[in-house]
Amino acid sequence: MTTKVEVQNLVKVFGKKERQAMELVRKGHSKNDILEKTGATVGVNQASFKVNQGEIFVIMGLSGSGKSTLVRLLNRLIEPTEGHILIDGEDISDMDKEALRRVRREKISMVFQNFGLFPHRTILENTEYGLEVQGVAKEERQKKAEIALENAGLLPYKDQYPNQLSGGMQQRVGLARALANDPEILLMDESFSALDPLIRRDMQDELLQMQETMNKTIIFITHDLNESLRIGDRIAIMKDGEVVQIGTGEDILTNPANEYVERFVEDVDRSKVLTAENIMMRPQFLREGKSGPRVALQRMRAEGLSSMLVINDQQILKGYVTDKEILEAVQNGKTDFEGILHTDIPKVSKGTLVNELYDVIQDSQTPVAVVDKNDKLEGIIIRSLIIGALAKDREEESIDVR
Amino acid sequence: MYASILDNIPRLPVSQWMTNFINWLTQNLSWLFGSIREGGSWIMDGLSDFLAIIPPVLFIIILVALAFYASGKKWGLPTFSLVGLLYIYNQGLWEPLMYTLSLVIVASLLSIIIGVPLGIWMAKSKFANIVLSPALDFMQTMPAFVYLIPAVAFFGIGMVPGVLSAVIFALPPTVRFTNLGIRQVPEEMVEASESFGSTSSQKLFKVELPLAKSTIMAGINQTVLLALSMVVIASMIGAPGLGENVISALQRAAIGPGFVSGFALVILAIILDRILQGFNKN
Repeated sequence: MTTKVEVQNLVKVFGKKERQAMELVRKGHSKNDILEKTGATVGVNQASFKVNQGEIFVIMGLSGSGKSTLVRLLNRLIEPTEGHILIDGEDISDMDKEALRRVRREKISMVFQNFGLFPHRTILENTEYGLEVQGVAKEERQKKAEIALENAGLLPYKDQYPNQLSGGMQQRVGLARALANDPEILLMDESFSALDPLIRRDMQDELLQMQETMNKTIIFITHDLNESLRIGDRIAIMKDGEVVQIGTGEDILTNPANEYVERFVEDVDRSKVLTAENIMMRPQFLREGKSGPRVALQRMRAEGLSSMLVINDQQILKGYVTDKEILEAVQNGKTDFEGILHTDIPKVSKGTLVNELYDVIQDSQTPVAVVDKNDKLEGIIIRSLIIGALAKDREEESIDVR
Repeated sequence: MYASILDNIPRLPVSQWMTNFINWLTQNLSWLFGSIREGGSWIMDGLSDFLAIIPPVLFIIILVALAFYASGKKWGLPTFSLVGLLYIYNQGLWEPLMYTLSLVIVASLLSIIIGVPLGIWMAKSKFANIVLSPALDFMQTMPAFVYLIPAVAFFGIGMVPGVLSAVIFALPPTVRFTNLGIRQVPEEMVEASESFGSTSSQKLFKVELPLAKSTIMAGINQTVLLALSMVVIASMIGAPGLGENVISALQRAAIGPGFVSGFALVILAIILDRILQGFNKN
């Protein structure tokens, strides 16, 4: 594994008595101590870490922990007071303006918490901004921007303005814009925090999916432990400007480095009672009347499923079909699901607790459908999801007991 | 009058200083002022001659169409403009109107050309902010009449000193609103622009100015109206136009003619203001 980004002893002091504060930082005084003595605020206190090529590195901390300052030091939106930032071994911290601009144009892109889209530019114009400032010819940059939007599924919206799009879509544009000039490093500052929970999970999934093919180095800032555990290859936890622990999610959950991390981990989990909504997946389904046994067979083969849900035009759940019977139906030349549609599928609502789900799924041969009060399909839960969630629950209980 | 200990301080010759300073400028920079006057008169005469050769009917049609477009295709403003301009023509004030209009146009354009860059500079530089803020306060609070005196000393009487004193009086809002508009651009927009490696000028022209546009336009609107009010005052030093009629009415205590010209000025002000606001909204 090659190191892509290396941060050495990075310090940022805000305020007038910078030099005095720096001396105290070197002597190892705490943030509060320095604030009291000099009136200067230590944003980041001697942070050091390495990020590997192709890794998703999460920096997590509560508000005021310095994580947003830290990420802005990496592309020098904020000037570091002291320390070094090496990207591919090149020191960013002492570059002149011209060289820094080159790095920003070619190597690092950033995605912002409130999307940072320019309201006076269309989606396409927003997406091509990075290429535009590089002086790429109009035709070429539009083509590249359109590819980036296509990948995000947003091409139909290219002539709209940001305020015409929902939050989730706006952040997809923010991500497409950051990817349009093909950077090597992606800085994401609380990029999904402004989105509502279900959309946030979709975005996390999309990011992970994209990462499989892109293999970028991603530095992701968040205050949400569950988000960190979900997407992070490694996690750094910050407190008062200091990096207090770096490790995989597993490391951090099993061996919290100090009381702060331990409390962090506990607090977040206790507050979270898992329901069906938290663990459900986007369902694979067939539409009654539109797809017949042949389509069903094709899709089940492609996606490796042994059964699939069937819904009607209003998204109302009608039942499920199994692969064996579908195969027979195809061989018999049937064109609809009549006679092979099973309706004995267990249904739960979004608010059902995971513990209750366990009992439901134990007796069932099929996945459990999550529906609303009109039987409209909202998600699906398979056995492994519940077991995963319960296992995590148990683990946490044992931490609590200890 | 009672004697005070303060009387022991001799009176400072501020008046003498200012006189000497202005005289010194007049003598040493006469070549500069001369060429400004020459060039200025040439532009002013050209513009007012051009406006004067447009047939009034055509001019009214153009302005009404502009009003119609600016007000979002509603009929209120165009109707007002039509009636107002017909009134001005009817009262025999068409020629003074053209003079006033050309003074306002030139003074406003100059204010924008000077004011917007100054505003940008103020937003970007602490130094500029410290230096320009009190200068703008001075320009706005010094009674407008006071500018007329050195203006006459430098440029004689006529359109050019009128325009220049109007510029001094009308400049501050454009500078202030430009400064404000750029400072109000959300931090995240600026960061987004910088994070993609924009140069300072790319950041300015692609992000900051477009986002500050409506604030800057509000400042320009103010500038135009202030220029109009100053153009009237500048008639005291021989700037032609509607103000001339007002001043002469004042000197003869002629109530009727005074109001006739006064109404014309109000009509012009309302038309200019609403059209500018309309374009800002669109």
